[in-house]
Amino acid sequence: MPERRVILKNCGVIDPRRMETFLNNDGFKALTKALNEMTPDSVIETIKASGLRGRGGAGFPCGLKWELARKAPGDEKFVICNADEGEVGTFKDRYILENDPFSLIEGIAIAAYALGARQAYIYLRAEYHYLLELLTKAIAQTKEGGFLEHVDIQIREGAGAYVCGEESALMDSIEGKRGEVRYRPPFPPTQGLWEKPTVINNVETMMNIPQIVLNGADWFNQIGTDRSKGTKVFSVAGDVDRPGVYELEMGSQLKELVVDLAQAKKVKMLQIGGATGKIIPHTMMDTPLSFETILGAGAITVLDESRNIVDAVYHTMEFLAEESCGKCAPCREGTEALFGIMEKFNRGEGTERDIRHLEDLANAMMPSSLCGLGQAAPIPVVDSLQHFRSEYEDRIKQKQGGAAK
Amino acid sequence: MDKSPEEIPFHNRDQQNVLVMLEEAQYEAGCVSEARIAEVAESLDVSQSEVYGVATFYSFLSVKPLGRNVIRVCKSLPCYLKNSRMIIESIAAELGIKPGETTPDMKFSFELTNCIGGCDKAPAMLINSDVHGDLTPEKIAQILKSYD
Ligand SMILES: Cc1cc2nc3c(=O)[nH]c(=O)nc-3n(C[C@H](O)[C@H](O)[C@H](O)COP(=O)(O)O)c2cc1C
Ligand code: SF4
Ligand code: FES
Repeated sequence: MPERRVILKNCGVIDPRRMETFLNNDGFKALTKALNEMTPDSVIETIKASGLRGRGGAGFPCGLKWELARKAPGDEKFVICNADEGEVGTFKDRYILENDPFSLIEGIAIAAYALGARQAYIYLRAEYHYLLELLTKAIAQTKEGGFLEHVDIQIREGAGAYVCGEESALMDSIEGKRGEVRYRPPFPPTQGLWEKPTVINNVETMMNIPQIVLNGADWFNQIGTDRSKGTKVFSVAGDVDRPGVYELEMGSQLKELVVDLAQAKKVKMLQIGGATGKIIPHTMMDTPLSFETILGAGAITVLDESRNIVDAVYHTMEFLAEESCGKCAPCREGTEALFGIMEKFNRGEGTERDIRHLEDLANAMMPSSLCGLGQAAPIPVVDSLQHFRSEYEDRIKQKQGGAAK
Repeated sequence: MDKSPEEIPFHNRDQQNVLVMLEEAQYEAGCVSEARIAEVAESLDVSQSEVYGVATFYSFLSVKPLGRNVIRVCKSLPCYLKNSRMIIESIAAELGIKPGETTPDMKFSFELTNCIGGCDKAPAMLINSDVHGDLTPEKIAQILKSYD
């Protein structure tokens, strides 16, 4: 399957600084349709029927989240767009923000209407401060155009913390606090920002909303696989000739993305979903990309045959140990310990016992960590041990002075 | 876990401005001084320790003075694969300081950071809010020259 630009259709086509160019490409038609021809409930029904699932990594059904928040008691509700994009290897949201801020604003405005929220926030990571002006101007133009009578959209900036991409930490950060993960339940749809019902969605999720409202749930339903509807936007980096952002129908093969589009050669392994994502060998490149198989937020880092797996995992664990927020012990201690052992292997001092230690740590951390970071942090270690165990063993042999490949 | 209205803790919504004001201070003055922390706490009716806690949580906020320009070189995997190490070395050589340090004339602070979302242009770095990508050691001197 070739590239299929559905939600990136305006990228490179419109001028993100001029709303007229957006209006000339069906801009705000979906919002106008929602406001004038649909009730909030019918918008939510449409999103539910479309089967859209969150693009921020977890894949939670979008319409269901909206319905929970709409039904939650309380007059004051919030919509948040998660533009924190901190996962290693991810830059698709940046590409969207840079090229089509108006569709994003349209999606947020529709969400606010469906929810009955009068206030919405875009949480923009500090690293994207250079996009603040563009976004601010796009919101101002939209407001002047009369499209935001029902909702105020404000931008809140992060200040450099990976964990603030996690939804509850993000809300604490908007509240002006340290970005710490909250204990759950309650979940955001019932008690989110200032304990009010809140819908939080990824940038790419929001981008799907106008298309679904405009073209209908049935249209969307026909794209993709059984349990993964629509298209997905991928960021491909690493050992490829054409790194970049690509949009493909859900269910497309990894090979099509990495080899045909991004032009990877002599692939050895792929990290899918960033630092907390899965590591797979090149032999699995016919895997379809979907929630049922592998997806994450769509970040793909390619390593070719010249690369060393232990080294890559070591770097990944360094990231996770640094970014663990430290709130819960299994992750705080566990990521440090995993990193420590990987460091040992990297120095060529790892032992058989260390491998068992890695496995024990992984088993302990996954079920007991408070948020997705600690729960997923052992994945790179576990996956690399499954697919590339011999590379660990070679390092041990090297140390013992034995013959290593 | 439904709570009756009496049980819902009081929220000082002004507190949301803590981070906003600290970010402003950082962009303006290059750091969040103790005096600024006290001011923010006072004006928003939040304790100083709470404000200090926020100021030290985020990596883009600094309670110590930073140089006029802050360099943040990405060291995450995609950039590492594209030789970010050589970039780090050539900046260190050019400025005569190591990551974590500031030049004596306060012109540059040099830090390492995690993925800045520019992996398609790896190796990449931020100087203040500008992204510089597809870096090579040869490009470094010229780029640094454009900041004063
Ligand atoms: C450590 C951690 C970091 C996360 N970072 C992001 C992020 O940068 N962007 C994002 O959209 N979701 C991120 N998430 C997922 C969010 O918690 C949340 O699931 C998402 O914003 C929901 O939106 P969606 O349903 O539209 O995907 C992160 C989760 C964890 C555990
Ligand atoms: S799992 Fe890690 S990042 Fe998440 S709350 Fe615990 S310490 Fe913080
Ligand atoms: S890894 Fe360096 S910008 Fe993403």
